[in-house]
Amino acid sequence: MMNLILPWDWQRVVIEPWTSGAEIYGWILLMGFLISATCGLIGNYLILRRMALIGDAISHSVLPGMAVAFLVTSGWKNAGDQLGATANLQEGLLHGWPILLGAILAGMVTSLLIELIHHRSRIKQDAAIGITFSTLFALGVVLISLFADKVDLDADCILHGEIAFIPLEPFLSVGGWAVAPLPVIQMLGVASLTVLGIGLFYKELLISSFDPGLAKATGIRVRWIHYGLMVWLSIVVVSAFESVGAILVIAMLILPGATASLLSQSLRTMLGISVVHALLSSLGGLHLAIWLDTSIAGSMVVAGSGLFMIAWFLSPTQGLLKQRGKAGAVG
Amino acid sequence: MRCGKPIPDTMLGRSIITILAVALNALMMLQLHAERIGQSVDIHPLDQLRRFVALEDPALRFALAGGLILGLLCGLMGSFLVVRKLSLVGDTISHAVLPGVAAGFLWNMEKDPVAILIGATTAGLLGMVLVTQLTRRTRLKEDTAMGMVLAGFFGIGICMMGMIQRLPTGSKSGIDKFLFGQAASLGWGDIQLMSVVGLLVLILILTFYKELLTTSFDPQFSGSIQIPVHTIEHGFMLLLAFAIVISLEAVGVVLVSAMLIIPAATAYLLCDRMHWMLFWACLIGMIAGAGGAFFSFLGQKLPTGPFMVLSASGLFALALAFAPRQGLVSRWWARHARSSRIRRENALKSIFHVLEKEHFAREGVTLIDLAHSRSQTLHETEKTCRELTRAGLASIAHEEKAVYLTPEGMRRAQTIVRNHRLWERYLTDAANYRPDHVHDDAEEIEHVLGEATVRMLERQLNFVDRDPHGKPIPSIQDISGQPKNRNPDGMTGYHTPS
Repeated sequence: MMNLILPWDWQRVVIEPWTSGAEIYGWILLMGFLISATCGLIGNYLILRRMALIGDAISHSVLPGMAVAFLVTSGWKNAGDQLGATANLQEGLLHGWPILLGAILAGMVTSLLIELIHHRSRIKQDAAIGITFSTLFALGVVLISLFADKVDLDADCILHGEIAFIPLEPFLSVGGWAVAPLPVIQMLGVASLTVLGIGLFYKELLISSFDPGLAKATGIRVRWIHYGLMVWLSIVVVSAFESVGAILVIAMLILPGATASLLSQSLRTMLGISVVHALLSSLGGLHLAIWLDTSIAGSMVVAGSGLFMIAWFLSPTQGLLKQRGKAGAVG
Repeated sequence: MRCGKPIPDTMLGRSIITILAVALNALMMLQLHAERIGQSVDIHPLDQLRRFVALEDPALRFALAGGLILGLLCGLMGSFLVVRKLSLVGDTISHAVLPGVAAGFLWNMEKDPVAILIGATTAGLLGMVLVTQLTRRTRLKEDTAMGMVLAGFFGIGICMMGMIQRLPTGSKSGIDKFLFGQAASLGWGDIQLMSVVGLLVLILILTFYKELLTTSFDPQFSGSIQIPVHTIEHGFMLLLAFAIVISLEAVGVVLVSAMLIIPAATAYLLCDRMHWMLFWACLIGMIAGAGGAFFSFLGQKLPTGPFMVLSASGLFALALAFAPRQGLVSRWWARHARSSRIRRENALKSIFHVLEKEHFAREGVTLIDLAHSRSQTLHETEKTCRELTRAGLASIAHEEKAVYLTPEGMRRAQTIVRNHRLWERYLTDAANYRPDHVHDDAEEIEHVLGEATVRMLERQLNFVDRDPHGKPIPSIQDISGQPKNRNPDGMTGYHTPS
């Protein structure tokens, strides 16, 4: 029991990550923040549209898409090796695309299958969601176990990922000056595109989330917005996949938005709060993980849940303290 | 011809489905063989198959028993989940148990089934309580609350497992098997625990079947007949948590919910009564459980859970396509059969009309006359007539370009014309329609009037022999070719053809 919870060591837990370990932990923190901020932003819309469990479904079902993409590209890679093409960075970027494509396809297949089962038979939507994503996920796991040598994914890691294992190696360099590791750059790209997308389509997303009827009447293509959101969700999930895995990504999607919706009623403020939540939870999670020497992504989720509980206690409108006070006043 | 109870057909359909399912499993087996032959050199798959069938290996016996018990339990509990629209509650509980599994392991630093059962059940129930509290006390909706509890508890569990793996005893504890399940790691103790809990769940469900049934379908009604709805629901959640926890080691945290939902949803497509649904769900669950144990045994250290889920999904896909009444293909086929029957009947009717116009002076109808009366091209008419010929209702005389009805075709034509005219008469006499408003309605109902309804209409209309437009209504004697019964009291001596 003693070595289960390591003693709190100020030097090791708080100081060292920022001095001697800054080289590694800085990138990990940045990566964690980018992932949870991106997921949190898009998660706000999932919560508003009551699609939290569709997020659950897509986060599971991108797996077979990725596995198939790996299988396909491993064929190409062999061919490439024979040709002697070993341009490191370009290869990394090139092999990113099929996986992204596989994930998008898998996301679309999930949405369509759920609709097929739900609309064409008497099975209810919740059961349809459950059937679809668990089948696809099982398919992905089987593919990975059968072709373990060809698919660059670890069966145990796909559930919880490991942010500490993100490859820091291929540095993107501009003019011979190393800027950042490639995965961080990719995530930064996805994050900025997300922010850009929300900024551009803010009004459309807002109206179609709160009042689809009005949105339709004002000429917004509600279905297109829906499918666009699904596709973007698949992209976000797949870029976060290696770091946080299929299940913890659900927490990343839902926790910031849920915390924000306890603290505010306005969508703009909620988006802001979820970014702050992302920052605090990745910071807290990093230190928690170093203290207990355990999974960083898991610790980030624990820290995020902790923040949610604090918000639940202190929320100005729905907080437990507030309700306790009200009950006392009435009684 | 009564359209109430097609029991023999349904039974036939069910047995066909079962046979197909078995065949599909066999097929999948063969394909897997093919893959394994290419990959593994040391263990020949046929040897593995022989070992599986012979059940020599105790580990294999345990795995198979575990799969069967798991399938049975998940089928039982899942049926209630699916009809209560709580499918994703199973998902939430199954993910939320992970910290409990870790805590149960920490209790005495070994994989003690009872400690893990207690820890995991507590964690699962705690998760459910949290979901209820969140939805009741905040503005968050149920789906958000479930997703959050699911992933938050899972995160805590992952952290705890990371800490356990760091311990000297933890790294070889096999606790990581709880994620995807490894039926081969089941021991005698696990099987004992599974059987005890399984038996308990089975007995409780059978004892309180009526109460569960009423609360599932109509909670308000059950409240009004003094059934303690809340107690039943809490008890159900407890049983669900038990069922999930004992399935964990065989199928894994992630895919337990699939074993709850998929067999039950498959059964939901196959039947309409709850007890039959329970039966089918258990059967499909057990097939899937055994299938998963088998497939994972074919390879080395393949996880069991995904194979169980894929077996279940295969059966679900079959049911979705071919279920006797609900299947997509069966429904398409039924629609197709109905529309081609209607097409044939309309063609017969037109032939009859042409014959009638000529006062049955000739036996056949020329294709040109028929095409004219149906406002079709000659080509279309010929195609329709060929269809009739294939169904044995008519024959085409090619040299004179005419079509002759067979006796059966004549009978069917008369039946349909009778239905049409009788219904027109009914609408004018009994429902006070104007005679020029009745044709379109009769045009549709003529294809679905059953013999029993026709008898009733005839009696009610006092055996009229003319329709509102003055045309004769063929009687049963015309149709069956019997001599007219001139019974003065109006009884016609109909017998209902079976």
